[in-house]
Amino acid sequence: MLKNFSKLLKCRCFQSTSFRLQQQQTVPEVEVFINGRSVTVPSYFTILQTLRRERVTFPSFCYHERLSIAGNCRMCLVQIEGMAKLQIACALNVGKGMKIRTNSEKTMLAQESVLEFLLINHPLDCPICDQGGECDLQDLSMRFGNDRSRFTDIHFSGKRAVEDKDLGPLIRAEMNRCIHCTRCIRFSSQVCGLDVLGTAGRGADMLVGTYVDKMFLSELSGNIIDLCPVGALTAIPYMFKARPWEVRKANSIDVTDATGTNIVVNFRFDRVLRVLPREHEEINQEWLSDKGRWAIDSLEMQRLVTPMQRVNTCLCPLDWDSALNIAAGLIKCANPKNIMAIAGPHCNVETLVAAKDFLNMLGSEHTYVERGMNYSKSNTDLKAGFSLNVNMKDIVKADRILLVGTNPRFEAPVLNAWIRQAYRTNECDIFVVGPCCDYNYHVNYLGADVDCLSNAASALQGAKRPLIFVGISQLETANGGPIMSTLSKIVASLKVGSDWGVLNIITRDASFAGALEAGWKPGALEAVEKNVPSLVLSLGADESFYDWKPPAGIPFIYIGFQGDRSSELATIVLPGCAYTESGGLYLNMEGRSQYAMPAVTPPGMARPDWKIIRALAEYSDVCMPYKNLDSLHSRMGQISPNFTCLGCYQQKVFPDLVGQLVTPAKGTGCIDIDMKTLKDYYCSDVFTYNSSTMIKAQKAAVELARSSYARI
Amino acid sequence: MVSGFAVTLGHMFKEPATINYPFEKGPLSPRFRGEHALRRYATGEERCIACKLCEAICPAQAITIEAEERCDGSRRATRYDIDMTKCIFCGYCQEACPVDAIVEGPNFEYSTETHEELLYNKEKLLANGDRWEPEIASNIKDSHLYR
Repeated sequence: MLKNFSKLLKCRCFQSTSFRLQQQQTVPEVEVFINGRSVTVPSYFTILQTLRRERVTFPSFCYHERLSIAGNCRMCLVQIEGMAKLQIACALNVGKGMKIRTNSEKTMLAQESVLEFLLINHPLDCPICDQGGECDLQDLSMRFGNDRSRFTDIHFSGKRAVEDKDLGPLIRAEMNRCIHCTRCIRFSSQVCGLDVLGTAGRGADMLVGTYVDKMFLSELSGNIIDLCPVGALTAIPYMFKARPWEVRKANSIDVTDATGTNIVVNFRFDRVLRVLPREHEEINQEWLSDKGRWAIDSLEMQRLVTPMQRVNTCLCPLDWDSALNIAAGLIKCANPKNIMAIAGPHCNVETLVAAKDFLNMLGSEHTYVERGMNYSKSNTDLKAGFSLNVNMKDIVKADRILLVGTNPRFEAPVLNAWIRQAYRTNECDIFVVGPCCDYNYHVNYLGADVDCLSNAASALQGAKRPLIFVGISQLETANGGPIMSTLSKIVASLKVGSDWGVLNIITRDASFAGALEAGWKPGALEAVEKNVPSLVLSLGADESFYDWKPPAGIPFIYIGFQGDRSSELATIVLPGCAYTESGGLYLNMEGRSQYAMPAVTPPGMARPDWKIIRALAEYSDVCMPYKNLDSLHSRMGQISPNFTCLGCYQQKVFPDLVGQLVTPAKGTGCIDIDMKTLKDYYCSDVFTYNSSTMIKAQKAAVELARSSYARI
Repeated sequence: MVSGFAVTLGHMFKEPATINYPFEKGPLSPRFRGEHALRRYATGEERCIACKLCEAICPAQAITIEAEERCDGSRRATRYDIDMTKCIFCGYCQEACPVDAIVEGPNFEYSTETHEELLYNKEKLLANGDRWEPEIASNIKDSHLYR
């Protein structure tokens, strides 16, 4: 009895993790029978897992493989021979010789009845519900429900009616439609780490909601919309816009952070309507950050749709031919050695490679990304020095984590979900060197000073699988050297396997890893201050130009999709494409290359960035060796095989050399983080600042922080 | 021969099979599927809720709908276009409609001189509905057996 109970408890805790961890050890297998067919499954499997693996169509609402088991929807009732009553398949472990009957009359009648009970209190407002067409309740009612209703009580007391909840400006909660599966509650407490949602009451009086009037705001909050099997939680920005059957889909990569989250762009009539996560077991599981999901309205704001030329203080539109002629004229007049290109955060590898080739052919070596990184003598030769050195899915195995000047919750929300999973399932201790921030797990602060890193050595000592995460923003400052040299000493003192990359860097721009791999150099600002460029070519770079303005008389060509500081200063503006329009190759912070498919056509006269550069080269009498995407890709393959080997994680070489090549320098001491709380998260760069949804969310976060319930 | 003339003679006294069309019209079934119309409730509120079921079921893909939230928070169509030149008058749209908003009314006299005039928008359809509402309402009442 006790043994059985502990078995049950074990499987009730995090399913996928326990599954993966146990997979490595040899697990006893048991034989069970599904409708008379014999199958062998690991002994820790539940019946529902067995059925799913064997691809038996079986209904369920509350079960979700990345959340704990609740077993409260009763939809997965199944007959087991030898058991008097029906059992719920999601919470029952398989036993030896168990005979499962999924198509017996008893099972089917039970499923039909459960659906009938659910529909008693579910409003029949499918025509105005946004979930219509992708609703689990609709689908399961069609497959397992009865074709007629016995519900006649419409005049007496009617259906259950409850008040709607205000969960913030992103999520619409229509609580009449709720079927109490509690997936949202489990997601918010287990993955988001926010105990905001919960239930009150029992039985027919049960209510899902916030106990106090409080908004549900989190960096991963949008995922509860995907989790909700019915239309109780729907997205406000996507409200009433389209039906799932009329949108077209393109598999893409999220560029609002550097995690390389896999997404599906849904579009209709050449407009991007929404973004949904795509499952990737090694990166984002099935989560997507709110920025990636909802900053898409920025794609239609401040767009550059026609080439422009500066005339006095104005930018005047002109056609491509004359724009390219003028730009080429500027390039020919400038001293070719000092032409400088600065890449923005959203550049794909195609653009980066084309731009670097172009500049190299002109005779310049000045290609820089906006973000600086100057801690190492090796500069960017070692990939281990600027990327994540552990496969993202392996973070869950870590038993001790040290965060140095980073808050992954906002810098890389999807990565943070892995850290939180390690914290929840692997009892991982997390230490922080840096200022007080809003983390969604318990952390031990070791101080906010570089000197405090010495305490970290003792904290990590004895760990089997320790991980250290350093924020890329620390390596931009003078603190970079001291931090990295101390950390590499700590890493050297730890006894871990050579395949376990302890020292990791959390980058923040989608273009960063790709650019460095293509041979671009970090630190645009430093470079322009050191030697005055004869011409500046900005590839969507905006942030640098808040701090630095090109001196008068220096021509400035802007190739990008959004009008901001850079286009204001530009002599010539050449309109480029956003990631949904051009697609392209992106390297995430692990150095994993992934290809984003283009979804919609660029607006107006905008063109893919690499084609603009190719045309500009043609006008400047430079002959580039590629004409189309295929030949460009083969050129990319020549530069780095990683650009053509898509999707796989590659172990970094010489990670221990990173420590030896650190430039010894004296830092200022104090470590600071720019995204400390949720209100700093939403509008953190030019792209998100142009999104009205993100601004609304930021206002709501400020309001929430001020409310008296903020800390409850 | 005689019997042949008798038939002719007989027909001379019978009611003619043809009708004087523009001034006389033949009988129409209440289930006749003619020109489309969008109906309103008695309060004047438009019925259509932009559920897009008609758009989905339309075999000729003649219907295009765009929806948005109205200022009072309800779901309404901002655009409801029917390309009458694509339409095959199958009547699936009125069958699919959960609120009896889109109907095929009794009107069959709407020929135009240009193609553009047959691309109906929401205003045109609502105006049709207002114009034909008495007939449409009585037709729906009469065809209750088939619904």
